[in-house]
Amino acid sequence: MSFSLEESPTTGDEVITNYTINFGPQHPAAHGVLRMVMELDGEIIERIDPHVGLLHRGTEKLIEHKTYLQALPYFDRLDYCSPLGMEHSYVLAVEKLLNIEVPLRAQYLRVLFAELTRICNHMLNLGSHVMDVGAMTPNLWMFEIREDCLNFFERASGARMHSAWFRPGGVHQDVPLKLLTDMADWIDERLFPLFEDAMSLVVDNRIFKQRNVDIAVVSKEDALRWGFSGPMIRGSGIPWDLRKSQPYDVYDRMEFDIPVGTSGDCYDRFMVRVEEVRQSARIMKQCIAQMPEGPIASTDRKVVPPKRAEMKQSMEALIHHFKLYTEGFHVPAGEVYVATESPKGEFGVYLVSDGSNKPYRCKIRPTAFSHLQAMDFMCKGHMLPDATAILGAIDVVFGECDR
Amino acid sequence: MTVLHSAPRWSSNEGVKEVLSAALGAMLVKADEEHGEILLTVARDSVEDALRVLRDEHEYQQLMDIAGVDYPQRAERFDVCYCLLSVTKNHRVIVKVATDEATPVPTVTTLWPNAGWYEREVYDMFGVLFSGNPDLRRILTDYGFQGHPFRKDFPLTGYVELRYSEEDKRVVYEPVQLAQDLRQFDFMSPWEGADYVLPGDEKAVTPPPAPAPVATAPETKGSASVDKPKTTDSKADTGAGEKANDAAAKPSDGNDSAVNAPDAPKSTEDRPAKNDGEGA
Repeated sequence: MSFSLEESPTTGDEVITNYTINFGPQHPAAHGVLRMVMELDGEIIERIDPHVGLLHRGTEKLIEHKTYLQALPYFDRLDYCSPLGMEHSYVLAVEKLLNIEVPLRAQYLRVLFAELTRICNHMLNLGSHVMDVGAMTPNLWMFEIREDCLNFFERASGARMHSAWFRPGGVHQDVPLKLLTDMADWIDERLFPLFEDAMSLVVDNRIFKQRNVDIAVVSKEDALRWGFSGPMIRGSGIPWDLRKSQPYDVYDRMEFDIPVGTSGDCYDRFMVRVEEVRQSARIMKQCIAQMPEGPIASTDRKVVPPKRAEMKQSMEALIHHFKLYTEGFHVPAGEVYVATESPKGEFGVYLVSDGSNKPYRCKIRPTAFSHLQAMDFMCKGHMLPDATAILGAIDVVFGECDR
Repeated sequence: MTVLHSAPRWSSNEGVKEVLSAALGAMLVKADEEHGEILLTVARDSVEDALRVLRDEHEYQQLMDIAGVDYPQRAERFDVCYCLLSVTKNHRVIVKVATDEATPVPTVTTLWPNAGWYEREVYDMFGVLFSGNPDLRRILTDYGFQGHPFRKDFPLTGYVELRYSEEDKRVVYEPVQLAQDLRQFDFMSPWEGADYVLPGDEKAVTPPPAPAPVATAPETKGSASVDKPKTTDSKADTGAGEKANDAAAKPSDGNDSAVNAPDAPKSTEDRPAKNDGEGA
């Protein structure tokens, strides 16, 4: 921190010039490694220059050196709070280039787990947002829900976080028999009681409202100009949800509502997420009720490996398995931009294929990039402690932002 | 082509290419539609005007992403791809511009404020310059980083690695030293465009050299001609044959001529202790 004293030319009083502080890179409210150079006038933020990239791992470059299947696990590690949401965009991009049909059960399973991911993600974000502005208890309660979600991921894929469960052509394995009924029970018996309890502490809380209402108001026009998406654009009152407007997998068969904010402040963004959790649970219930029987991955053996039992009997299956796990499948040349509604907003994958077994270029469109870029615009004129509330309402995760 | 995949379905592309081509007019270089994506290549200098037309007259309100792509074999090696989204028409287009290392692309921060970071990222990763961007700093790489890592000629390992130096009490940068080679497996079938020659295949490509005259054959055998593939055609070249077989079949006489030669070093086992030798 540096500041200097000088005398005002008119009154002779000492005036304090703007001073600059570092917020982060290690800060409990920075949600990771974010460094923000803040120019403050007293406690009023004049300018913010976010420095991102401290977690840059060159994911896109690494993907260029891997086959399409080997590239998939990198997506789990982008937004590590909602791994399956990231995979969803990638597998759909590959499938779009391949133009391959995905069996209905796989589509239902993907939607089911994408919504579970959304709940899982919002539990972390809502909890940490609440904690950023001073409340501790709801975060602990919501971590219990998150823990349950992670257990479901583990039962489906074997991994709690980095599932690598969505695959081009379907999903990796079918879910265990009892998992779907357990999920349905969990929604009614665990999720709703715990979640509504936690929310009852927060949503009408005077302190919470004082910290969030009318903070960082973003108009509809500004939300469009700054490339907002997800809860950020809905918080500003634009009913834009890719699950509704550009449905993928079986979202067009689902009935759900899109919550929108009225004033575009941090409180609206928070409440949009709260309602999204309830809508996600609604989608999950429909998925479980409608879940058809059938294969969980495409039967195109040039893309999807055969079952292990089949490999014991069929030479052809063995050859396919060997070729798919060494050479991988070839994707027709071309380029697509596929974006899905990840829990944080529009997560896009711009995939360029040259017809070989490796992506020529895989540009990842992180949700946080344009949101974080608007920090300066949103924070201007607010107090220093508001920056943490604004950051919490952005829902930023640096694995994804920095790639 | 029938659509089998379940990727996001936005409103129909039908006629969009023609309408947008007509709207862009001379600014347009090429319009494509493949894999359900509308790709518009526009002239570099008019990219800002073209995007303004798309934003203001054709309702593509949002700039979702700017992606760089490197094609090193092209003269204008970089593609800069603008992914646009219309929330009113529920439609997406991709606008592409080609450029090279030296020629700047006009900035679109004048149209969308969020273009700033995207352009910074393309500059950081590919070294594409954007004229008019007020803040074209690096964004994702480290402070003081050199080079543009997503170019195809930048190695995957990079050039430097960093560690905390206990002596200097700070982080130091050093040239990359790999404990083992970076393994790049090539699983492509050789007939599917491998860029190397399999051992033995070079014979099929180059015509076989004219057979040398018999009289000069022994002389060329020992010569240091690198171009000529090393082949063993006759027994005379190798010294193999019945004579050699007989010699090899004979039991050894136990008199190892190499050991008993006058200049041979002494046997190590029998060598006396070091201080008895010439070093004492």
